[in-house]
Amino acid sequence: MAEGIKMSKIAESVNLCFKYNQNEYDVLHDLNLSFEQGEVTAVLGHNGCGKSTFAKHLNAILLPVGGKVYVDGIDTADENRIFEIRQNVGMVFQNPDNQIVATIVEEDVAFALENLGVEPAEIRQRVDEALKSVGMYEYRMHSPHQLSGGQKQRVAIAGIIAMRPRCIVLDEPTAMLDPYGRREVMRTIKELNSLYGITVILITHYMEEAAECGRVIVMDKGKVLLDDTPEEVFSRVELLKSVGLDVPQVTELIYELNKCGLSLDPHIIREEECAEVLMKLLS
Amino acid sequence: MALLKTEGLTYVYSQGTPFEKKAINNVNLEIEKGEFIGVIGHTGSGKSTLIQHFNGLLRPTSGKIFLDGEDIWADKSKIKQVRFRVGLVFQYPEHQIFEDTVYKDIAFGPKNMGLSESEIDGRVKRTAAAVGLDDDILEKSPFELSGGQKRRVAIAGVMAMEPEVLILDEPTAGLDPQGRDSVLELIKNYHRNMGCTVMLVSHSMEDVARYASKILVMNNAEVFCYGNTAEVFRRSDEISSMGLSVPQITRVFDLMKKHGLNIENDVYTVNYAKRLILDRLGKDGRI
Repeated sequence: MAEGIKMSKIAESVNLCFKYNQNEYDVLHDLNLSFEQGEVTAVLGHNGCGKSTFAKHLNAILLPVGGKVYVDGIDTADENRIFEIRQNVGMVFQNPDNQIVATIVEEDVAFALENLGVEPAEIRQRVDEALKSVGMYEYRMHSPHQLSGGQKQRVAIAGIIAMRPRCIVLDEPTAMLDPYGRREVMRTIKELNSLYGITVILITHYMEEAAECGRVIVMDKGKVLLDDTPEEVFSRVELLKSVGLDVPQVTELIYELNKCGLSLDPHIIREEECAEVLMKLLS
Repeated sequence: MALLKTEGLTYVYSQGTPFEKKAINNVNLEIEKGEFIGVIGHTGSGKSTLIQHFNGLLRPTSGKIFLDGEDIWADKSKIKQVRFRVGLVFQYPEHQIFEDTVYKDIAFGPKNMGLSESEIDGRVKRTAAAVGLDDDILEKSPFELSGGQKRRVAIAGVMAMEPEVLILDEPTAGLDPQGRDSVLELIKNYHRNMGCTVMLVSHSMEDVARYASKILVMNNAEVFCYGNTAEVFRRSDEISSMGLSVPQITRVFDLMKKHGLNIENDVYTVNYAKRLILDRLGKDGRI
């Protein structure tokens, strides 16, 4: 983690309750979650469990119906400080078409920086860096509408990355990308965290992505079901399957073998560890 | 004779402009009736462009497409018929729903085919059941439904035309694991019950591995290979290097093979891996 960044809560929800309409059910129930500066957290849950709703509270797109949300100590309900909040927490959504506004790639990436009054030379540098980090630098003069879905998404991510917020929340950013694109985005996210200490909150359905994070939160029906390291979370195979979720293939294999009478370590989530364990077993 | 065939198929976007791009280059394919084919390739490899040629949505820059031996562009006025025989479900198909009841939306295709009322009615009800929608949903507005239900309605709308070739472009995009499984199951059942040809475009090697008997790999606008699933997965090293990733379990067995273990290298499902391992241990009397 970069020096000089003090360990502090970048975001926190206290007894957070939310419903979309007066007469409807609670989408979020009494959520108490906090995120330390520098953490990389995955949030998993079946569609409808409230994870996107929760994420939108983190940069004040949504405001609590009950309880509070704080970003870097600022109450998100404080109208006067919305700009500050959104400077601190940037959000990237699933569908790039809803996020791209300019007709040239590099102009779209520069959009937020121009609005923030950043110096032109600095804008140039940050736009180039951001595009390179998502592998889209050679397309900087292209028209976004001619790009494939995955390429567009990388441009949208670059736009947020260029702002260097203290925290980035990504809501299924790789759902429309191919495996190569997904790896690029994950690599970028991890670099942003390790080079700049940016906190990352990643909503995803890809278990391999969650396995690369330091912390995994599983939500179900508006509540937190599990909140632990990926090794601990994925070892709870039955529980995850009961709420409609998956585990990495290697974890499932170990679980199935253990069901047949073997006693292998159920905390395996990566292919190298799995290969090692299986080789010992078979040689 | 192959059901669908392409000869020298090439398509260039924005020809003559600075943004000219050859999206597919000299594709020669022969697809047999009844196959379940997975189509994989990196973003921009030409998969979506290719499938839009199969139902005549795009016209080749050069080359030909044959459906049942006939060049589909020989008589331009007949191209509409091709779209009833080759059904294409786009990504996020729920975006194309427009009718005010589910029944009417599913009936749209069959109606345009000029079928009788009773035939249309039969097809709507059969297809709704095939995609797991209850009867009482038929009279609802599609816009009242959940995302997953809307998606089923959209897929049903194409299936109701009973196309000889059903092509689905990433039908599981944006769905959670449970949603993914149920959509893939319904496609598998449809394939089994109708005996039609199915093409599934996907980024998920795991999904494709589980359901397809043949895989078409596109790379940089060209066909890299088209063969049986096991055959294709044996080339996992090459496939990885073109920006696709093979299932985690395949990589595990690859790793073990590299370390000198004498083991199969066409493993791509957890089930197969488990059986292989238990077999091995059983043989050595260790279970």
